[in-house]
Amino acid sequence: MIELKTVQTRHVPVRYFEGGTGPDLVYLHGAGGVTAEDPFLGALAAGHHVYAPLVPGYGDSEEAPEIRDMLDFTLHTWDVVEALGLKDPILVGHSMGGMIAAEMAAVAPNDVSRLALIAPAGLWDDDHPVPDLFATLPFEMPALLFHDAAAGAAMMTAGRNVEDPGFLQAYLVTNARQLGMAGRILFPIPERGLAQRLYRIKARTILVWGDSDKLIPPVYAHAFKKGIAGAQLVSIPEAGHMVIVEQTAAVVEAIGRLG
Amino acid sequence: MKFTWFNLMPWPYLPDDFREKNRSVWVDIDQKLFDPVKSHEVYNTYMDLLEYADTLGFDGVGVNEHHQNGYGIMPSPNIIAAGLARRTKDAAIVVLGNSIALYNPPVRVAEEFAMLDCISGGRLVAGFPVGTSMDTNYCYGQIPSLTREKYQEAHDLIIKAWTTREPFAFNGRYNKLRHVNIWPRPIQQPHPPVHIPGGGSVETYDFCIDNTYSYSYLSFSGYLRAQALMNGYWKRVEERGVDKSPYRAGFAQTILVADTDEEAERLYSEHVSYFYNRCLHVYPGFADAPGYRTIKTIQTGALSQYAPPRGGYTQLTWKELTEQGHVIAGSPETVRQRMEDLIKGLNVGNIFCLMHVGNMPADKCMYSTKLFAEKVMPKLRNMFPDWDADNRFWTTPLDKRVSSGRLPKEAPTAADLAKTYALEAGE
Repeated sequence: MIELKTVQTRHVPVRYFEGGTGPDLVYLHGAGGVTAEDPFLGALAAGHHVYAPLVPGYGDSEEAPEIRDMLDFTLHTWDVVEALGLKDPILVGHSMGGMIAAEMAAVAPNDVSRLALIAPAGLWDDDHPVPDLFATLPFEMPALLFHDAAAGAAMMTAGRNVEDPGFLQAYLVTNARQLGMAGRILFPIPERGLAQRLYRIKARTILVWGDSDKLIPPVYAHAFKKGIAGAQLVSIPEAGHMVIVEQTAAVVEAIGRLG
Repeated sequence: MKFTWFNLMPWPYLPDDFREKNRSVWVDIDQKLFDPVKSHEVYNTYMDLLEYADTLGFDGVGVNEHHQNGYGIMPSPNIIAAGLARRTKDAAIVVLGNSIALYNPPVRVAEEFAMLDCISGGRLVAGFPVGTSMDTNYCYGQIPSLTREKYQEAHDLIIKAWTTREPFAFNGRYNKLRHVNIWPRPIQQPHPPVHIPGGGSVETYDFCIDNTYSYSYLSFSGYLRAQALMNGYWKRVEERGVDKSPYRAGFAQTILVADTDEEAERLYSEHVSYFYNRCLHVYPGFADAPGYRTIKTIQTGALSQYAPPRGGYTQLTWKELTEQGHVIAGSPETVRQRMEDLIKGLNVGNIFCLMHVGNMPADKCMYSTKLFAEKVMPKLRNMFPDWDADNRFWTTPLDKRVSSGRLPKEAPTAADLAKTYALEAGE
């Protein structure tokens, strides 16, 4: 049972999902956000006590205009962990969330002993430029995000009535709130200096990557592996950037290796 | 009324199948379509036309800023404006404007605008757009949801730099400057009139009202479609309890004049079609970066004018473009009537006349411009007699101005100099 709750931080009240039993695990979502129905949350909660805070502006959460740059995001998320009363939880992040998790582990290496980065953003390779998510139209997204684009498209449009006149405006508002906030660390290039801080990470680190990730191609997995001492890479076949929904069990199994 | 002759400076050599073969005229437009050699003549012709407008009595000549854009080859309007400041005599130099969030530090704009004001003898109108999402976010990499904050800071810095008479420190979020002390500073006091191009952001209305800036709606879709937006602006002006001077607002309108309506269609339809069907072909993914517009603005329902129409693009015809008011075209009488509707309907005192359109050649452009200046403009001069004295939104040039070409034809001889300076020494 995943519940939506609120915890107060210095900046704003933060909305978070909580559920499950087992070791404490903090999950940081990607630029697309996360919902209570997310099968990945449910699967994680089967073996962990999961806390999944929303980045301010995501879902129904309040915006935090004063969170502007990478350090703000990183410290804010530490504030959330603190406010939740957690000590050294397993830290898991997907995509943008992986970027934030890696930064958290780099700025406070003694406070994170187990880290799972799932197709994290945060590095840049001129020979393999990450596609511009912010110039990608909704109908182009599935091909970028999923191994199986048709199944992905069905998933993305499920429960949405695109013919509803109110839909476009609601969609634009959500996009402006969510991706507007994400843009502060991802636009126009999702790199904010993480490469020069990766060496500080002391956590046991699992890197999880879908073999057919077209948004952040697997070449980046190797860059992360090289940058984080002892990091273990778990490559998952038949999965794209949304590996957490395309191969949920495999991702949860990989995270399970952290204990 | 203030009529400004405006040229977007479109690249006139986009191929016929441009729309079919290219995804965007902007941001990632094909490099191969630009020919630097051809541009030599294009630029000089466009500047000639702006200078020509000055000789016909237009109140202003206008330039603007776009980047990586096939319909606006003017990434630096100040370069064009500098040429105009020298080569025109009376027209205001309307730079509409510099996207101030893009300059690092924005003091650069305070300095360059001051130079333009000094060179032109106080003829500068200073425009401060936030800049389109294409320019600001996709070409110049500004973070969409921080663009407005950065813009605001740049504005505050520029105004302070213009109006402070001693060095000061500016500790901004985006600009840390220990010694701001611009040198030169503008002629016009306290600073040149400011126009703010806007596209329906409600915050911009208040910004203009608070600072006594003119709000300019630079749309390409014409006055009929602008009514709702301008009504929103005037409603806000009324709510704020300030006067409704028509000079608080400006509007851009494509205008084409010929002897008759039929002649206008014959002469100009291909160029209008070139602009509306080729130049405005912007990839929707570049139209509006998430976070660029505020939630409040999105909720008012103002969609980006660059977003494709529902149902996708279709080929707009001359008939549609003129009937729907995208373009005002026809005989002097037709144009006069429709301009009168526009001016009264929108209550705008500043008209940015888009008199060069698409791939229009210079001769047709001169023809249309001259007809407008001689047969239309005079009849529209007296639309707002109550506001004739309102000069808050326009330039205050020096009475005695100089322009290029003032040196004697020949260099003086030694004897000339001896005579000139001996006399002075003896006095």
